[in-house]
Amino acid sequence: MLKQRPYLIEVLTVIGLVAAPFVLPHLDFSPNTVNRILVWGLFGIGFDILFGFTGLLSFGQSAFFGTGGFVAAYLLTQVGFPHVVTALFIGMIAAAVVGYLIGLIALQRTGIYFAMITVAISEVFFFVEFNPLSAYTGGENGLPGVPTPSFDLGFMTLDFSGGWKLYWFLAFWYFVGIVLALRIVRSPVGAILSAIRENPLRAAAVGHNIHSYKLTAFVIAAAYAGFAGGLLGVLQAFMPPDAFMFETSGQLVMQTAIGGTGTLFGPLVGAAVWLFLSDFFQTTLHLGASWKLVLGVVFVLLVFFLRRGIVGGLVDLAAWLRQRGKPSEPTEPDVAPDYDAGPEASSYGTPSALGSGVPDKSDVILRATGLTKRYGGLVANDNIDFAVKRGELRGVIGPNGAGKSTFFKMLTCEIHPTTGTILFEDQDITGFNVTRVCQLGLTKSYQVNQLFTRLTVRENIVIAALAQKRGSFKLDLLRDVSKVEGLDKRVAETLALVHLTKRADHPVSDLAYGEKRRLEIGLALATSPSLLLLDEPLAGMSPRERVETVKLLKAIGRGRTMIVIDHDMDAIFELAEKITVLREGSVLVEGTPEEIKANAAVQEAYLGGVIE
Amino acid sequence: MINWGNFISQLFNGLVLGALLALISSGLTIIYGTLGVLNLAHGALFMLGGYAGWLGYTYTGSFFVAVVVGSLFVMVVGVLVERIIIRHFYDRPHEDQLLVTFGLGIVFVEAARFFFGSLSKIVPAPQGLGGIMNLGFMFYPTYRIALLGIVVVALLALYIVLYRTRIGMIVRAGIEDSVMVDALGINVYKVFMLVFGIGAMAAGFAGIINAPVVSITPDVGESYLVQTFVVVVIGGVGSFPGAILGGLIAGELISITSMINPGYSYVMLFVAMTLVLVLRPYGLLGAAGRE
Repeated sequence: MLKQRPYLIEVLTVIGLVAAPFVLPHLDFSPNTVNRILVWGLFGIGFDILFGFTGLLSFGQSAFFGTGGFVAAYLLTQVGFPHVVTALFIGMIAAAVVGYLIGLIALQRTGIYFAMITVAISEVFFFVEFNPLSAYTGGENGLPGVPTPSFDLGFMTLDFSGGWKLYWFLAFWYFVGIVLALRIVRSPVGAILSAIRENPLRAAAVGHNIHSYKLTAFVIAAAYAGFAGGLLGVLQAFMPPDAFMFETSGQLVMQTAIGGTGTLFGPLVGAAVWLFLSDFFQTTLHLGASWKLVLGVVFVLLVFFLRRGIVGGLVDLAAWLRQRGKPSEPTEPDVAPDYDAGPEASSYGTPSALGSGVPDKSDVILRATGLTKRYGGLVANDNIDFAVKRGELRGVIGPNGAGKSTFFKMLTCEIHPTTGTILFEDQDITGFNVTRVCQLGLTKSYQVNQLFTRLTVRENIVIAALAQKRGSFKLDLLRDVSKVEGLDKRVAETLALVHLTKRADHPVSDLAYGEKRRLEIGLALATSPSLLLLDEPLAGMSPRERVETVKLLKAIGRGRTMIVIDHDMDAIFELAEKITVLREGSVLVEGTPEEIKANAAVQEAYLGGVIE
Repeated sequence: MINWGNFISQLFNGLVLGALLALISSGLTIIYGTLGVLNLAHGALFMLGGYAGWLGYTYTGSFFVAVVVGSLFVMVVGVLVERIIIRHFYDRPHEDQLLVTFGLGIVFVEAARFFFGSLSKIVPAPQGLGGIMNLGFMFYPTYRIALLGIVVVALLALYIVLYRTRIGMIVRAGIEDSVMVDALGINVYKVFMLVFGIGAMAAGFAGIINAPVVSITPDVGESYLVQTFVVVVIGGVGSFPGAILGGLIAGELISITSMINPGYSYVMLFVAMTLVLVLRPYGLLGAAGRE
């Protein structure tokens, strides 16, 4: 939705902001109401980046709104600081710093905990403003006398004192806020934020440092809140203590949900609806204080039925109308891709460390020594020694409960071994986390699909490829994601390899199961692993899909180092050069497919008795 | 200089507040543990208990009737809310659940404001429990001592229901793994409804028995809700013993800090919460995997 013609949204925003003072008075909007809408809309842009794009629902934004507002107001009214805009920026920086510190605490946990912690934080700030800091903040009186900006240009004075004059000042900052936010959500960071919203575990597993990105979103939201808080003081010529109230956070959440999350403009629309209804209910319908009751009911109904809010609903409606006009898209013909002949596989860059004859690296890419995992009294893996050579395609089999998945999870550092060490590329990676190991070139595809469900196939692959192109954390907030060097090529190659090119712009939820499995492998491939682990790639597939996928795996395996777990014995015998058999948490035997087939112990343990 | 009489009486206040918080929090935590829904309307249910009880008291003049009416009314509200609204949100993201319960909380608060106005309502302590008592070493309001007793009895009752009955065993099993409970052939939706009802009743009961101490206003639940969150974070989500421990810690912290400077009581709560989050991320008595 945000990826239409370049600058279209920016231009429409300018037109809307310029037209507003000429149109809105006819709709009974007073300049004061419009100005309030802008302040709340700007406040909400940051919150939407945090909630709508990153999926972190904070009920504590009032803390940053208040901090920014009071710092700016204090400078302007108590210190005698003359320059309004500079004071606003200092307030914004103060709010961002506070946001960083609070984020360090609140982001210790996710989901429910995060929500509870932010509620507690907003309440603490309210009390601090009222009591310990009341000498600076005026306590319950707030800080009156916040000046409006005026700029002396020498030949004339730009004066923004109140009403529609002040509107232009606020509209300018709203526009700056929207332009920056659009850049942020279209940047690599924006793509990763939406990946965190969709599936934080996978976002970390493909090599992104999600904690730092969440903190980034939190600080951005705090900065927007702080600036908007300063503007509130300017707008009212008074910094009210209720900026710090929990109710402020609540109102922001409700306005954003009403307008539509993940749209950036939702908060503005939500604020307009909120302030318009509050006027309408109170002055026209004479509902008095009970207008909030009506609004509460409306809000509950909206969460119930229109979960993407007004803007989201309009976007969906537009998409539906467009869809209805066209005949339904022809689905991809289900022709088996020719993996063997295709040049795509060979043109796909092979991992650099391979084949190029790097002499100083040892032949063994991964070596696990004495790997043991205990859960209380249960020994899941017992003293496993395991080594894989560069370029090898290794199969791991074993009956259910043999400890295969535990073993894989230890290799990718999702869980840590009780004892034992893991060497990858001669580096001890025991105790590393998934993100770091992935950055080193070791990743896996999951037994149960871990995809970014509401994003398109291409966006999924982009997110994984970004981790390899940019490292685990980088703050290129204003760079267009399509301008990341080599990204398009990498994404196109990966899509071709897993044969999803034609499906690239479909959301993942539209894919068939087999296609989702291929995308799952594609996500791991896009990170350019030098060692790829595949956890039951054939799980849940139909016999025909299995045949296709085995072909795909063979194509991927060319020039790559892979370890594959599966229950499909025929597939493993066909794919692997060497097979490790696990039983009851330890290695039973290791050998070529022929040796394994002929091994009596394997037949007894696994295939159910000696075959005559 | 610390005034020892004052200090002991604040310790007592902390104990009473802590017990009350423990009761409200255990309602919140068993709802969250079992249903996976953080009920942001919990503070509003506390408030509704107060108003329903006040109505009962106004018509009968009996404190006992007030308590029964307050608790039962909120339990019914809880059951209805679960059946009509919350049920449709089990399969939706956590964020939607938070939004809808937050919205419900506002509807309840504003409905109370609409019907009862913003002026506070008072339910006096029952006969014989008013006034001040001489404990030998200090004078203390009689009802607060009674309140401590009432809350302890209520917590014991909750403990017995949770740990000594068949239904309690199902609820505790549901906290660990509600899918498994469902798979065992127990109608998990009935359990959910019941748990929401019991959890809501705990809040409503607390709301009415606290009415003689803190008068009832539409917003009375908000500060308790915030304190309850701190209690749950400190104690550990889904843990009944954690709610009690967390409640007592929070109650004492608030009371003792208030004696020195009331403005810092929330700051101290926040510091305690932060310490727990850094040192024991799952809460003092919580377990990993309940998030």
